[in-house]
Amino acid sequence: MSNTTTNYIGKPASRVDGRAKVTGEAKYAAEFPAPGLTYGVVVSSAVAKGTITKIDTAAALSLPGVLQVFTHQNRPGLAWFDKKYQDEDAPPGTPFRPLYDEKILFSQQPIALVVADNFEVARYAASLVEITYETEPHITSIKNRLHEAYTPKEYKSAEPSPRGDAEKGLAQAEITHEAEYSHPSEHHNPMEMHASTVVLAEDGTLTVYDKTQGVQNSQNYITQVFGLAKEQVQVISPFVGGAFGSGLRPQYQLFLAVMAALELKRSVRVVLTRQQMFSFGHRPATIQHLVLGSTSQGALTAVVHEGFAETSRFEDYTENLVNWSAMLYKCDNVQLAHKLIQMDAYTPLDMRAPGGVTGLYALECAMDELAYKLDKDPLELRLTNYTNIDLSKDNPFSSKELKACYQQGAEKFGWAKRNPQPRSMREGKTLIGYGLATGAWEVNQQKSSAKAVLSPDGQLKVTSATADIGTGTYTIMTQIAAETLGLPLANVTFKLGDTALPQAPLQGGSWTAASVGSAVKAACEGIQEKLLAHIRNLKEGPLAGVQKLEEVLFADGKIILKSNPAQHMLLPEVMRLAGENFIEATVTTKPELRQKKYSMFSHSAVFVEVLVDEDFGTIRVTRVVSAIAGGRIINPKTARSQILGGIVWGMGMALEEESVMDQPYGRFINHDLAEYHVPVNADIHDLEVIFVEEDDDIVNPLGVKGLGEIGIVGTAAAIANAVYHATGKRVRDLPITLDKLM
Amino acid sequence: MQKTAEKENLEKASVALPPTHTVTLKVNNTEKQLQLAPWVSLLDALREYLGLTGTKKGCDHGQCGACTVLVNGRRINSCLTLAIMEEGNDITTIEGLAKGDALHPMQEAFIQHDAYQCGYCTPGQICSAVGLLSEGKAKNEHDIKELMSGNICRCGAYTNIVAAVQDVMQQKGDPANE
Repeated sequence: MSNTTTNYIGKPASRVDGRAKVTGEAKYAAEFPAPGLTYGVVVSSAVAKGTITKIDTAAALSLPGVLQVFTHQNRPGLAWFDKKYQDEDAPPGTPFRPLYDEKILFSQQPIALVVADNFEVARYAASLVEITYETEPHITSIKNRLHEAYTPKEYKSAEPSPRGDAEKGLAQAEITHEAEYSHPSEHHNPMEMHASTVVLAEDGTLTVYDKTQGVQNSQNYITQVFGLAKEQVQVISPFVGGAFGSGLRPQYQLFLAVMAALELKRSVRVVLTRQQMFSFGHRPATIQHLVLGSTSQGALTAVVHEGFAETSRFEDYTENLVNWSAMLYKCDNVQLAHKLIQMDAYTPLDMRAPGGVTGLYALECAMDELAYKLDKDPLELRLTNYTNIDLSKDNPFSSKELKACYQQGAEKFGWAKRNPQPRSMREGKTLIGYGLATGAWEVNQQKSSAKAVLSPDGQLKVTSATADIGTGTYTIMTQIAAETLGLPLANVTFKLGDTALPQAPLQGGSWTAASVGSAVKAACEGIQEKLLAHIRNLKEGPLAGVQKLEEVLFADGKIILKSNPAQHMLLPEVMRLAGENFIEATVTTKPELRQKKYSMFSHSAVFVEVLVDEDFGTIRVTRVVSAIAGGRIINPKTARSQILGGIVWGMGMALEEESVMDQPYGRFINHDLAEYHVPVNADIHDLEVIFVEEDDDIVNPLGVKGLGEIGIVGTAAAIANAVYHATGKRVRDLPITLDKLM
Repeated sequence: MQKTAEKENLEKASVALPPTHTVTLKVNNTEKQLQLAPWVSLLDALREYLGLTGTKKGCDHGQCGACTVLVNGRRINSCLTLAIMEEGNDITTIEGLAKGDALHPMQEAFIQHDAYQCGYCTPGQICSAVGLLSEGKAKNEHDIKELMSGNICRCGAYTNIVAAVQDVMQQKGDPANE
């Protein structure tokens, strides 16, 4: 019933945590106080590979206020087996162990932690720790090393699934396109630096405020590594200052802070510096080889997509890099490979739309190039190869409104005004280019739990150990709960980010709305059932005689008889008559089996206008229209923000972001926010988001697909394609900086 | 290697800690006395010594703007100034913008326009926007974007940040919206 006042799903709502965020009340990991708090500052390796031959901590220890300098020489005994260090998001291999031994595996490896009474002294003392290394030659590039690439024993996500005979398909092709696409390593760089505040209680238990995308992941890691019971460690993370994947694995500041707290019997805070934010996981650099074959009409006869990606010496990081080329278009012959090349650097880490944003960049640029060879509109080429079946699995899509994305996006953007000739549109010395690309992201539902508690004052408290990294989780869960029980938004509070709460998956993969949302809905339905059980016992009153949930409606703060809406009761009235002080329900939800018969993806069509200065090669993205098929949109306001953010990320990837490896030192040289360029306000012009109607009753009970990632996928390729259209110059190595256009 | 006594003394001296000073900071109209070493930045003084954690540390190098506060009405990066240098100045942090329960119009506008996601850059964005308005230099949308570019938002909420700032300018009858 859409005309009730408590119908919140699908309607814009301001963030319920907005006030906390604009007043500074929202507390992040490094902001929780503790009596007698001490400060740890990390000393990072200056070399990329080698051995520590000497650590001189005497000067640091001589400073008043310095409590200890932890190194591999004096660290406590720790868990022995690799699996104890393997967190929920760990790729196969041997996880890095901070302060494990004298070996240096990557530049900026943490090699000491200085703990002092105050931050300034710890920072100064850290500068006094003298380290002598014996260096070994390092390799920190994948360029010219493709012959060393190997197939990993195990893929973290999807294994490449080829089909047909690509060689035959290419032989049949009338037109072919072959090219190599590449992009550098990138770093997440959330605004909040990774931090952990470990508060030690008198009984020795730890309360850990950690920057993480999953408190339970941090808790498991700590208990396994330090041999503690879960009851001894509570991890709390109510606010996360951005993460984008960087909080999917426990980072070393957590290990170091916990170790120091246990050893010193003090509360400890460790905050990484911005420079140290470049010392752990990052988006891996890839080199991708694409071959497309098609008929003269543009029907694909073969797709070859081979990806080569960096990984560390100690873990085989993979992501779904190439499978997009098997699912996005109709083609019988697809050849895929995803190989790794080891470097003396930290293991890559999932970064917003891992694999998708990079693999689809290559595929969608290749499709654009093929369109020019065919003299066909790039949009037409996509429609020619459109498929309603995921041919990589031979499954129908649970829903796929990509055609509507193309149509609505093209119309809004004015795609029809595009002159197909490259370098044909200009205003004076400004070249104008239009480009488009398709995006896709897999929809996932994970096992999740939530608890709902209804009080006699009509207040509902819902909890789950999930996270809100800026995604709007607090708000949409509040909306789902309020609507399910027909309560005003103001009566509902949602709590997250605490290991004391019901189990939830890591916040990643765009699956939180689907997973935790389903659990929240189910928990509130559990409350409905319990209220119904009491209603069934009512001998008199407006709801007497009601036997089934279908007979009533939870709306406007009431339980309303459907057959006669004038008959209704307040929720607390039912509780009072039943003599209940509170009603609670804890429910765990899992994906339904029938999902297995379908492929579930969100899709997008991204249209971009760029202006390129003919003389200087400067590029401005003046307009972006991103049309999204993302299932049901719970909150159009926060949903739009998610997609806007994704577009901005796509712009960063296309034009700015690059973690520059200084090869002689094996170190990311631009390790700060002045030299690692991300889009700033002045870079952003007209961004438009369209959510196309998409009904899907298969993906999950809410029909939501998740929006954290689909906004970035496709954007970089659309920009690259627009730059080509503007200039006639094809740059196949991101970011497209002006020097590459010269 | 043998060191001379003089050298040793020199080295000892080089690792000595600076003496602390009594520093009086006037933050959000309240005077607070702190015992601080001269090397404590205003940002760290606010966060670690005064418990005003609304001001954020995003880089500690003046590169991101998350630590923006108002000093005598002007927006500055609090990581680039030492606390001891700010004695006698009027410091306003995000905690000092609301009047009791009534939010500052810029805070209201940020909520209204969803001009944030994770919220970490938000206090700096808001203080910067308040400073921008009192500077009176922003005449149009382009100016707002340019003059707010010292505040990075990694979540990419820029479109909504500009809308929020424009909204408040309009309320004030500022020419930037004409």
